[in-house]
Amino acid sequence: MRPFTYTRAATPAEAIGSAARIIAGGTNLLDLMKHQVETPDRLCDVNHVGLDRVERDGDGLRIGALVRNSDLAADDAVRTDWPLLSRAILAGASGQIRNRATTGGNLMQRTRCYYFYDIDAPCNKREPGSGCAAIGGRTRLHAILGASDQCIATYPGDMAVALSALDATVEVEGPEGRREIAATAFHRLPGTTPERDTELRPGEMILSVRLPAPLGGRQIYRKVRDRRSYAFALVSVAAAVGMKDGRMETVRLAFGSVAAKPWRAIEAEAMLAGQAPSADLFDRAADVVLAGAQGYGDNDFKIPLLRRTMRAVLAEATQETM
Amino acid sequence: MEISLTVNGAQHRLRLDDPRVTLLDALRQHLGLTGTKKGCDHGQCGACTVMLDGRRMNACLSLAVMHDGDAITTIEGIGTAEALAPMQAAFIRHDGFQCGYCTPGQIVSATAMLDELRQGWPSQMSADLTAPQFTDDEIRERMSGNLCRCSCYPNIVDAIRDAAEAPA
Ligand SMILES: Cc1cc2nc3c(=O)[nH]c(=O)nc-3n(C[C@H](O)[C@H](O)[C@H](O)COP(=O)(O)OP(=O)(O)OC[C@H]3O[C@@H](n4cnc5c(N)ncnc54)[C@H](O)[C@@H]3O)c2cc1C
Ligand code: SF4
Ligand code: FES
Ligand code: FES
Repeated sequence: MRPFTYTRAATPAEAIGSAARIIAGGTNLLDLMKHQVETPDRLCDVNHVGLDRVERDGDGLRIGALVRNSDLAADDAVRTDWPLLSRAILAGASGQIRNRATTGGNLMQRTRCYYFYDIDAPCNKREPGSGCAAIGGRTRLHAILGASDQCIATYPGDMAVALSALDATVEVEGPEGRREIAATAFHRLPGTTPERDTELRPGEMILSVRLPAPLGGRQIYRKVRDRRSYAFALVSVAAAVGMKDGRMETVRLAFGSVAAKPWRAIEAEAMLAGQAPSADLFDRAADVVLAGAQGYGDNDFKIPLLRRTMRAVLAEATQETM
Repeated sequence: MEISLTVNGAQHRLRLDDPRVTLLDALRQHLGLTGTKKGCDHGQCGACTVMLDGRRMNACLSLAVMHDGDAITTIEGIGTAEALAPMQAAFIRHDGFQCGYCTPGQIVSATAMLDELRQGWPSQMSADLTAPQFTDDEIRERMSGNLCRCSCYPNIVDAIRDAAEAPA
């Protein structure tokens, strides 16, 4: 690790607008600092600022940025009314890590691209303008949707995929005040600025995540990976489907580890809503999701894998009435 | 800088010359508590598992300064050679190790994990998120953050099941 100075904030105000880098659970930032991928010269510890409660917010919930992943997944309201969120969190990392990982830190976790971690490799995300070692290199973990010729990394997290499907919003505050960003718009596609993972501006802090009223229906988070636990997704699918009279009434679909952001499939949702479930329809909806998909060699398998996982999840979600 | 750390019930004042010291290095090198092991130093193996206020965590992915004022439990606080904790005795009974390097982390993790189960925390193996069952699949899933290079997993699962069923 490079040297840094450490301060502990007692209130969010002490962290907001500060030039110091926020540290919460530390489970991603310290890992990256040990690899010297991240080299902040100042750390601001936000573990004692509060923001550690899950509270009712009208029909929805407000989740403080410092709520630990374990507490959020075990929260009674979340388990009962937003099970997709519990499922997605529980599919990630390990018991030890979830006990430290926070809601804000989880959203901000960085890509697992091997070359991003290797400070000797060119990487536009780590060092803008240096090139991208993944293009033409090993791409097993990489994007099939929304990539650019500058960066083909994925956002690796699970929780945010559920938040995207659930239409959550992220409440942030900076020196210019507070604002809310839709979870679907929080992470960015790389374009020509892959160094910016999210819409969070310098000096801004995540205060909370807000969930709208419960969706009901069947909620499924399916994560496909090299081993059943403690591994990042190759492809994940978050789905919430409400049935009425044999037809899909509400449909929410988002995919993880296929793009630099959780990939919400609005067009496919619209195509499915109001229809009776069928294998053929699921297949056509997958065509829509995969319309612009591109593999880079090692990750070509993700294209059929997304299709098959999506079909299987939709079949399960609509099962009783099929 | 000086921090105060309660470890296994005893209060310590620690002088750190650099904030880069991890909680793991503080325990091992400053306090001489070498029961907690360093495997990967990157959160991937669980050898460094300790408890913070009873909750398990990886000591390698946390800075010692972040724990000023905190209470930590290490394997040395779980039991001693003279007075083994039920989980330690169960690991011996079931031969839940070979080289033993992962064992302190396994035992601390398993002890805290049983507490999480008692509190009804769900896992991805829980068919009903509101009513997790105590099954071998649940044990395996909940212990996935502790790797064993000697692959003693079957005996580790046996030991944990046995310790959980033993009267406290
Ligand atoms: C071995 C291992 C396996 C893992 N497996 C998975 C997995 O399968 N699925 C998955 O989703 N994740 C996985 N993770 C990642 C884990 O979920 C993240 O490390 C964790 O969620 C990060 O949260 P944190 O609080 O520790 O963040 P920190 O490490 O403290 O911070 C991460 C980033 O967020 C910023 N930040 C933190 N809080 C705020 C805030 N309130 N406002 C603004 N910025 C903030 C920090 O500045 C930093 O840039 C894994 C991690 C490890 C080490
Ligand atoms: S894919 Fe992105 S993160 Fe990976 S090497 Fe290329 S620029 Fe860097
Ligand atoms: S040494 Fe901490 S998890 Fe491996
Ligand atoms: S007993 Fe050798 S690593 Fe587990």
